Amino acid sequence: MFFKRASLLLAGLWAVSVTTMADEQAAMQQDIANIKQQLRVLQATQQGRAAQSANPDVSLILSGSYGDFKNDPEQYHIPGISRAEETGPGQQGLSLAESELIISSNIDDLFYGRFTAALTPENEVEVEEAFIQSLALPAGFTAQAGRFYSELGYLNAQHPHSWHFVDTALVYRALLGNHYGDDGIQLRWLAPTDFYLELGSEVFSGDSYPMAGRANDGRGAQTAFIKLGGDVGVSHSWLAGYALLQGDVRERLTEADSVAFSGEVEVSALELVWKWAPQGNASQRHLIIQAEWLQRQETGSYTISSIDRPIDARQSGWYGQVVYQFMPRWRFGLRYDRLKIENPGSAFEGTSLETGDHQPERSSMMLDYSRSEFSRIRLQYNRDESGIEADNQWFLQYIVSMGAHGAHRF
Amino acid sequence: MVITGLLLVAPFAQAKLQVFACEPEWAALAKALGGDEVSVFSATTAMQDPHRIQARPSLIARMRRADLVICNGAGLEAGWLPVLLRRAANPAAQAGTAGYFEAADYVSLIDIPHNVDRAEGDVHPQGDPHFHTDPRNITNVAVALTKRLQQLEPDKAGRYKRQAGHFMQQWRQAIHRWQQQAKPLRGVAIVTQHKSWSYLINWLGLKEVARLEAKPGVPPSTVYLEQLLLRLKQQPASMILRTAYQQGRPSAWLAERSGLPVVVLPYTVGGNEAATDLFALFDETIRLLLLAVQS
Repeated sequence: MFFKRASLLLAGLWAVSVTTMADEQAAMQQDIANIKQQLRVLQATQQGRAAQSANPDVSLILSGSYGDFKNDPEQYHIPGISRAEETGPGQQGLSLAESELIISSNIDDLFYGRFTAALTPENEVEVEEAFIQSLALPAGFTAQAGRFYSELGYLNAQHPHSWHFVDTALVYRALLGNHYGDDGIQLRWLAPTDFYLELGSEVFSGDSYPMAGRANDGRGAQTAFIKLGGDVGVSHSWLAGYALLQGDVRERLTEADSVAFSGEVEVSALELVWKWAPQGNASQRHLIIQAEWLQRQETGSYTISSIDRPIDARQSGWYGQVVYQFMPRWRFGLRYDRLKIENPGSAFEGTSLETGDHQPERSSMMLDYSRSEFSRIRLQYNRDESGIEADNQWFLQYIVSMGAHGAHRF
Repeated sequence: MVITGLLLVAPFAQAKLQVFACEPEWAALAKALGGDEVSVFSATTAMQDPHRIQARPSLIARMRRADLVICNGAGLEAGWLPVLLRRAANPAAQAGTAGYFEAADYVSLIDIPHNVDRAEGDVHPQGDPHFHTDPRNITNVAVALTKRLQQLEPDKAGRYKRQAGHFMQQWRQAIHRWQQQAKPLRGVAIVTQHKSWSYLINWLGLKEVARLEAKPGVPPSTVYLEQLLLRLKQQPASMILRTAYQQGRPSAWLAERSGLPVVVLPYTVGGNEAATDLFALFDETIRLLLLAVQS
């Protein structure tokens, strides 16, 4: 009786161990079969992927807007500042913005290249950026050459489609012609630290506003910049920077070529950006606070109506803005802009740029909705007191992106 | 003083292989395979949506110093990784170098669309990138990553081999254990929030009867949720799955009306308190799924 029970028990145990062994073996065989199958699929897909990756990333940005405001944009002036072309409040009524074509790719193991063309509503093509950048210099160095936007300031390097408002900050419109970009070279160095510290310098031809005339044998302007950044906990991150731009200007024509400036221009820029997202998850709620201060010193002479007028003026301005994504796809933003014009002397006396005691300022409010990462619709209101006559401006704008999924800087 | 500090610290810091991982699962794998030979930094946490990460300055600084960058690939990081690679311009870690590793290269992706039309939502042209939710894919990646570590540090190849051997043995046993434990899950009908779980579903034989996002990456409308609710009456499910980083509202809405439990799976390492490494991640995943089925 006892033996019978014991042998049954033993037989049972043996059966169990054999089944587990068999199970394990079957599982392993299954694993191997899986891996073999996956390898076959992998080889096939990799051939496909290789073909894909040889093509550069191409994307096309389309944008248009409806503008409702009172003042004639042709008569728009910021007193005391002779602005670059195409830097006004935009057009009244329905209008198309510049369409941007962006083509970028790694060129080989050393170079990356990017080309951005703006196709204007007037059916012209402007090369906004066309540059190559090194990818493999040692010791944290990076070099860049071609036409590109300067690292001066935070907004400067951003293309209009990534602005948080329909228009750029007033101080960029007034002092830099919306962007400062030119043909040049850049060298920057990234420190080997856990926090972000980058130093750099650029040399430009000196052909674009606020410079002109390709002074010093086509090396008319230079910059130096420092940028710092880091995280505070997992929810906060920040970026700060300071930059200087200096250049010689020969015959800078503005106001439909009726005003010419020659002399020296110095710009300094201070930037601070702070971003917050709960637990760093920006897809739900996301707050962006940014402020910048820019100052421009113009020393030289203006020629207006064939009369030379000496100038040693300082123009400065700042903006502060808050953009809050309060739920996925919806953002709300507030911005305040202010300019300060100091000692323009008699340079603009009797012209439409005469300063008086006007202090330009602007307040903006916006609400935007992004159906996906590729489209955005925005409503914006500006109380614009940058010109002599105050204006209430309403904008309804769309921005869409086709093609490659763009990656944006911080 | 700061500079002297840096000079003093730098040689010691460089003694370990500096690994920059895009996601916590790959950080965990690098730690498991590299052990004391590596120092691992994870760019993101389980509470962050890996599709939408800011290319933060701190990440540029970290990537500049990396000896090895491990990312998921398959387009998951398309919105931020290219900026980091380009701004850090680290010669050791660029596409095509030994210091750049994309896990997707070693896995066969599923749901590769024949046509990519963005009207269909945020479709990944290279296939579904959430492949780490099937632990067998992690096995494949581990084999490749071990080879990469050995290639980067040939003098430590033996040590990497031993560590990998140890990990693989445990990992295979664990997969077997999970598969045994998960047997009751076979055929269980589930609702998912985002298309995050296709590999897990395939592995465990779950049945995805509905998805809260009508189109990937596009939050559902109330109208669509109402339709879903009706559909669930005819085709009942056992639970709603979402990740820790996804918005809780849509699944809570449906849960309230359908009576289905919402199961917040860790999705990756750190997705809940218990999911501290890759083993614990799947232990937790199976445990939570079983819990929902049994209740």
